[in-house]
Amino acid sequence: MATTFNFKRVYVWELPVRLFHWVTVFSMLVLTITGFIIADPPAINTNVEATNSHWFGYVRAIHFITAYLLIANSIFRLYWAFAGNQFANWRNFIPYTKKGLKNIFHVLKVDIFLMEDKEHKLHNISIGHNYLAAFSYFIMALFFIVQVVTGLALIADTSDWWFPNMFKWVSNMLGGDILTRYIHHILTWVFMAFAIIHVYLVLFHDYVEARGEASSMFSGFKFIRSERVKETESEIIKRATEQMREGKTIETDIEETKE
Amino acid sequence: MSNSSKKMKTYYESIIEKGYSRRDFIKFTTYMTAFMGFEASMIGQVTKAMETKKRIPVIWVHFQECTGCSESFIRSDHPLVADLILDHISLDYTETLMAASGHNAEEAKQESMKENYGNYILVVEGAIPMKDDGVYCSIGGRTAIDILKESAAGAAAILTFGSCSSWGGVQAAHPNPTGSVPVDAIIKDKPIIRVPGCPPIAEVMTGVVMHYATFGRLPELDSLGRPKQFYGKRVHDTCYRRPNFDAGLYAESFDSQEAKDGYCLYKLGCRGPVSYNACGSMGWNNGVSFPIKSGYPCIGCSEPDFWDNSPFTERLMNIPGIGIESSADTIGKVTVGVAAGAAVVHALATNIAKKKELREAEECGEENERNIKA
Repeated sequence: MATTFNFKRVYVWELPVRLFHWVTVFSMLVLTITGFIIADPPAINTNVEATNSHWFGYVRAIHFITAYLLIANSIFRLYWAFAGNQFANWRNFIPYTKKGLKNIFHVLKVDIFLMEDKEHKLHNISIGHNYLAAFSYFIMALFFIVQVVTGLALIADTSDWWFPNMFKWVSNMLGGDILTRYIHHILTWVFMAFAIIHVYLVLFHDYVEARGEASSMFSGFKFIRSERVKETESEIIKRATEQMREGKTIETDIEETKE
Repeated sequence: MSNSSKKMKTYYESIIEKGYSRRDFIKFTTYMTAFMGFEASMIGQVTKAMETKKRIPVIWVHFQECTGCSESFIRSDHPLVADLILDHISLDYTETLMAASGHNAEEAKQESMKENYGNYILVVEGAIPMKDDGVYCSIGGRTAIDILKESAAGAAAILTFGSCSSWGGVQAAHPNPTGSVPVDAIIKDKPIIRVPGCPPIAEVMTGVVMHYATFGRLPELDSLGRPKQFYGKRVHDTCYRRPNFDAGLYAESFDSQEAKDGYCLYKLGCRGPVSYNACGSMGWNNGVSFPIKSGYPCIGCSEPDFWDNSPFTERLMNIPGIGIESSADTIGKVTVGVAAGAAVVHALATNIAKKKELREAEECGEENERNIKA
């Protein structure tokens, strides 16, 4: 397969998607760090009077503010799953079609178990998310909902705002704040494990496929084989004109690349 | 004993009869109004109710328990608190504190229940074992299940005093060998007010009974069935060590100078931030102290299944059943480690399995590089 293909620039990640991604990265970092400090604060015991120090209070404040930022960010992303382009659409994230399931199988085979891709089929090239990655984000979103409602349930009793108070029932359902807090703590580890795997697999794709997987989250562009992308009208006209000039018969090989 | 309840007196009458002055009575109603969480303007209404309302009979039954709740109760703050329940409201039946015993006591209870059918408050202390037809707790040859059902039939409301009757308590802790359950697992058709704690604060019971006497209805409960005026705040929020928490001043061991200086016990596993109770504002033993004030972290004794959340001196409880007992953090570290390890292994495997593909891509790229037009 020592062939060089022609690649086309595809605008995959719109600016809102990229912003969402980096706000999430920032929030998760802050939340994990402050979260672990809250779970097990370092005892920096100085001779300062309690009245004159409030650092732990500020750590908690940062945790809460960042949590609200991430919630707002996620609500926005939920909206964008309907308003955004085809790669941001909610349909990507749930493999409910035969196509999606087949793609998951393919990704598992070729990318996870590293088996040889005997037949390079065009439709196996994922332009946006591959279905397995997208499904993993969906699972994480579910975990995130649990993380949010347990967090809000824990803050409800000390908050005057109706929003966190809406989630007090979570704590009651779980039989008190102790288990609620525990679940909130455990899920942090799940997100950490996910982040490691996610970053690794992005680098893996970038390394093996060299299509700009990692940089796409900054620029928004990925590079896709031109056969996979339908020709635009202007391109067809341009080519046809050239062929006419060269005295050839006009042949447009508009491929039906959309599987 | 049973004779005394024949002719019902008002609270005021029986208190005066007992030898207290009106001044004592007013002090008591003022004090209880504050405890119930009302404004000072409510003192008049509470006092009026105590003067005019007939006493509410209380039947107090004991099942699987250590009787610590009764111990806590008889050490209540104001002497009238205990007197009101034990001597005046009714001491028709309570195994621990009544003078009568054997058949006489049982008869007195039956009589009182018949006489006050539909009006008395049933106080339950202790859990009820369900396994093997409930043989693990029998009184007078009858199982706790029988006694509870019989006593609850004529009750206006049930007050579960202590964590055992509220959540199951220590005998319901894992693995719960006698199949113990709280009252609400058996009695479904009566209003149940949970007064959990191990032991609970005595004034809470008096507060609930007085609330019922004053307003003719039960106090507002939180969603776990606990009276809001006593269980509405976390121990953490009324804790006098709270400023140390916000300032990040923690004791890390019990024998440290920090512990002596009254630093926050958060790192010693204090359950204050997740426990709802009135300890910080009311205290035990005439309001002298509560665990944190005495230097020991809160163990969350008013929370459901608190016994299973051990160790008490650690912030995270153990997860039993996964080989050795380990905390969530141990498992978390292993998970993250496995994820990172898998990534490394996968990266190495990629270079082996995709060797051909990668080399071809590289060669192809180099060739194109050579052919770049100048």
